[in-house]
Amino acid sequence: MVLLATWLANIQSQFILCFIQDDRWKRYILKGLGNTIKMAVFAVIIGIIIGIIVAIVRSTHDKTADTAHKGFGRAILNIVNGICHVYLTIVRGTPVIVQIMIYYYLIFASSNNGVLVGIIAFGINSGAYVAEIFRAGIMSIDQGQFEAGRSLGFNYVQTMRHIIVPQAFKNVLPALGNEFIVLLKETSVAGYVAVMDLTKGAYIIVGRTYTAFMPLIGAALIYLVIVMFLEWLFHKLERRLRNDER
Amino acid sequence: MKKIAKLLSLALALCLCLALFAGCGSAPAGEGDAAPPDDAAVTDTAADAEGEGDAAPTEPGGTLIMATNAEFPPYEFYENGEVVGIDAEIAAAIAEKLGMTLEISDMDFSAIIAAVQSGKADMGMAGMTVTEDRLQSVDFSTSYATGIQSIIVPEGSPITSVDDLFAEGANYTVGVQQDTTGDIYATGDIADAGLGTVERYNKGADAVQALKTGKVDCVIIDNQPAKAYVAANEGLTILDTAYAEEDYAICFAKENTELSAAVDAALQELIADGTVQSILDKYIVAD
Repeated sequence: MVLLATWLANIQSQFILCFIQDDRWKRYILKGLGNTIKMAVFAVIIGIIIGIIVAIVRSTHDKTADTAHKGFGRAILNIVNGICHVYLTIVRGTPVIVQIMIYYYLIFASSNNGVLVGIIAFGINSGAYVAEIFRAGIMSIDQGQFEAGRSLGFNYVQTMRHIIVPQAFKNVLPALGNEFIVLLKETSVAGYVAVMDLTKGAYIIVGRTYTAFMPLIGAALIYLVIVMFLEWLFHKLERRLRNDER
Repeated sequence: MKKIAKLLSLALALCLCLALFAGCGSAPAGEGDAAPPDDAAVTDTAADAEGEGDAAPTEPGGTLIMATNAEFPPYEFYENGEVVGIDAEIAAAIAEKLGMTLEISDMDFSAIIAAVQSGKADMGMAGMTVTEDRLQSVDFSTSYATGIQSIIVPEGSPITSVDDLFAEGANYTVGVQQDTTGDIYATGDIADAGLGTVERYNKGADAVQALKTGKVDCVIIDNQPAKAYVAANEGLTILDTAYAEEDYAICFAKENTELSAAVDAALQELIADGTVQSILDKYIVAD
């Protein structure tokens, strides 16, 4: 009983030292959380935009390879597809931490807005993964669906929009949710370019107070709660999209 | 709704488990030693494998594990694949005095605290400065060296003295290495006072790189590494006046009193007989 009491008192004093004193929760945890969410949200938006474009280019190129007429349009598509391929290879072939360092010190050397650099780096990185997820979804829809659309008089874009993409989206939702969760946690490497995200905020408290575990566990719990919220959101969306299934 | 409640309770349970871990890391010594005697016999080999735990921290022939971050010349750095420097030599001298074998474990600066508090390392030695906040969580030895925080600026910078940083209306971006005293002081003196912003980099070299690309106006960092950076990068210079002085000490987990007392006694002897001074002189050449 006494042991428990001292243990609780110990936890309490650690908590006060790490979070309450000097307003540390506000200066490091809350501010860091703000930066983490800012980077994650905008990076997801950039990632989706890039992902959709790249996925459409790549799957259109692959799907129409046999039937296409050799012409100017095809040549353009070939070039764009090549660019997309290079983009995927480079982004997926290098660690995100190296990428963000390159953006920060070389490409955007004149900018010292680390959060913005983070958004761009994570957005471009995530775009590559989202593109492959979307492409997998589009390719997973049976060719017969596509032919049915065309025989009903839809052109390529209409078939895509009304028949293929809605089904594909439903199929990729779990993988997409996965990617967003990974992205959220990946923002913790932004600390390398002087951005104070949630992880760095926690580490700063460690350095100030020399208390190793309380700040890190606090940060871990915050990440956990956000991820649980994301999971719940995706679950709900998935359920809603499955309403029309028998 | 039920599902959310379930998930939430799960999260809370997890939180409690984690908190328990945290408690163990820095709970008073009593808990660790409370194991029943028959248990002790079984776990004997395990305790040996862990190195020196609470069992017999200063037993001759044991291992003294020092956690450090070997990116801080001349206090600790790599030479021919081995960690050398002032801290490494002083630690070796302490281990010799105690009849123990020194083992140096190189890790991230922030990880040193975790290693010491969890018992993975016996002591942390990485040019660590004693502050009020830190004393609440760890114990420190006698100070063995004095560090100076210097300011690096590009040549021709408008910052010509320390006072320029604190002049009224000053709004400079200051680069620091996270968790160093430069970071702590600059946060209080500059960021909190509304006299500029502080950018915290993980490594001193990153802060200097940022200075070279103009992302920050100056870098506050320890005098010794500052000299090394200025020597390696053209167009940078160190201001004549120092920003602050500080005392370096060895840190221990609070419950590890027996070891910290023994190490501290050995350190004081080494300071008294001039060993520490001769090690300092060997690495730091007077200007």
